[in-house]
Amino acid sequence: MSDLLIIMKQELMVIVIIFFLLFVKLGKGMKNETLLPLIQILLLLQFIAGFFFNQTGQLFGDMFYTNGLIAFEKAILSFGVYLISLLSSDWLKQSKHMPEYFMLMLAALLGMDLLISSGNLLMFYLALELATIPIAAMANFDLEKKQSSEGAMKFILSAAFSSGILLFGISLIYGITGTISFAALSHQAVNSTLLILAFVFFFTAFGFKMSIVPFHLWTADVYQGSPIATTSFLSVISKGSVAFIFITILYKVFGQSETVWYWMLVVLSVATMLIGNLFALRQQNIKRFLAFSSIAQVGFILVAISGGYVVATSAVVYFILIYIFSNLAVFGVAEVITNATGRETINDYKGLYRTNPFLSWIMALAMFSLAGIPPTAGFFGKLMLLTAGSNSGNFWFILIAGLNMVISLYYYLIVVRAIFMDKNENPIAPIKISVMAKYGMILCAAGIILVGLIGKIYEYIQSLI
Amino acid sequence: MMTPGLEHILFISFALFFIGIYGFFTRRNLITMLMSIELILNSVNLNFIAFNKYVWPDKMDGLFFTLFVIAIAAAEAAVAIAIIINLYRTHRSIDVENTEDMKF
Repeated sequence: MSDLLIIMKQELMVIVIIFFLLFVKLGKGMKNETLLPLIQILLLLQFIAGFFFNQTGQLFGDMFYTNGLIAFEKAILSFGVYLISLLSSDWLKQSKHMPEYFMLMLAALLGMDLLISSGNLLMFYLALELATIPIAAMANFDLEKKQSSEGAMKFILSAAFSSGILLFGISLIYGITGTISFAALSHQAVNSTLLILAFVFFFTAFGFKMSIVPFHLWTADVYQGSPIATTSFLSVISKGSVAFIFITILYKVFGQSETVWYWMLVVLSVATMLIGNLFALRQQNIKRFLAFSSIAQVGFILVAISGGYVVATSAVVYFILIYIFSNLAVFGVAEVITNATGRETINDYKGLYRTNPFLSWIMALAMFSLAGIPPTAGFFGKLMLLTAGSNSGNFWFILIAGLNMVISLYYYLIVVRAIFMDKNENPIAPIKISVMAKYGMILCAAGIILVGLIGKIYEYIQSLI
Repeated sequence: MMTPGLEHILFISFALFFIGIYGFFTRRNLITMLMSIELILNSVNLNFIAFNKYVWPDKMDGLFFTLFVIAIAAAEAAVAIAIIINLYRTHRSIDVENTEDMKF
């Protein structure tokens, strides 16, 4: 019993917060102004819990297992949720249904935690659905907006379709091997043609969830339509959790058939980087622009995944940590500006530096980090990704990835140029930023600078593997 | 009288799967698209049951998986229909051709 409490501590804490919100909603209700700080404190506690009493173990047969690395990955995701609750506090406070929004977001977080810990295809499928369905409801949270419901419709249909394909792959895997447990599957090499077909179906579902290129078409529309809090949740936390489990599945479960999936990964990675970058060049809406930039970043994550289990895990965990800081900073600034003025194209950002220097500096720092320019952490993240990818000795692939980094530099700097150098007769008026949003942005900026410079963090991640 | 074997059931389930995919890509009505997804999920259920009965009769994983798939499909359909109702309120139509505010 005490094992259950300690091994599942993060999930149980999320469940407790969800029930707390449920009872608040059922009872007399609380004002958003008093409830929001309470939720933030609970989320912070849940994040801190990830660092204490970590132990390796498994529960429910082999359905659920955990170790130090998994606890750290969950802590990263929880910290992302905490940052979102800070950065979107203005939008959340004026929302009529704030407790429901947090319930949905935490249910999705619970699904992601279970997803990372899953040790069985049944658990994997259930957790994936738990991590997906609430996001569709979150995407539709601006009930009156046409674009919000359109984006949510596109999300739920593509999610349901991809889970159908995933299930078909799982059913074939079960038919051939007779097992759905990861531990038993890991002894099974992918050798028959039917098993390769099953694996391709399985892989496709990951493509949908991570928006790898031939399956990326829902991404931009959902990002543009949803409220920014949902977009930022979808782009960093959802992507991060799927990337973590993707590495585990590829190396721990299908590790014996690396020859089958290595070239699949290389081709998809090149296509993802290239198409993400080329489409990002022509975007005007900041959310749509960030959608394509996040597709390109997924391509870089795939570069690292192709490198081998140990290097891939350390590089991807480190990169996701940095990516959460930099992407959430951009979304935080965009959210503040959209809330205050309702403008969200890059042209509107022209001359922002004159009127809002604080927001401009945060945005510039985050853009430099996303592009991977040295003093920021993004550079170290990208460096680790490419180093991990080069581990397999395929240097042409790394060269293409490097060239794509140059292309991405161009469109990230367009935003910085618009903010600092372009003239505009009608710039955005000075915006008063709430204390919480400001605190969140400073936290993000500190993360962007410090995570790269403190080498101990990377060593800590490596020591966990 | 001939009893149906594994191959017959697999034929039906594969046919259902691809009918579902075809319907999902060609139909323009959102409810029909949702029905196509249900077809895909039901083909998966048939697959699991058939494999469980004919190939691995001593391992009940397939049967349990089917139960969970049915439950999750219901949850998914509930959220999807809620979203479609809201889409009807904002767009006055449930045709995908009319939901084209955002493109490229």
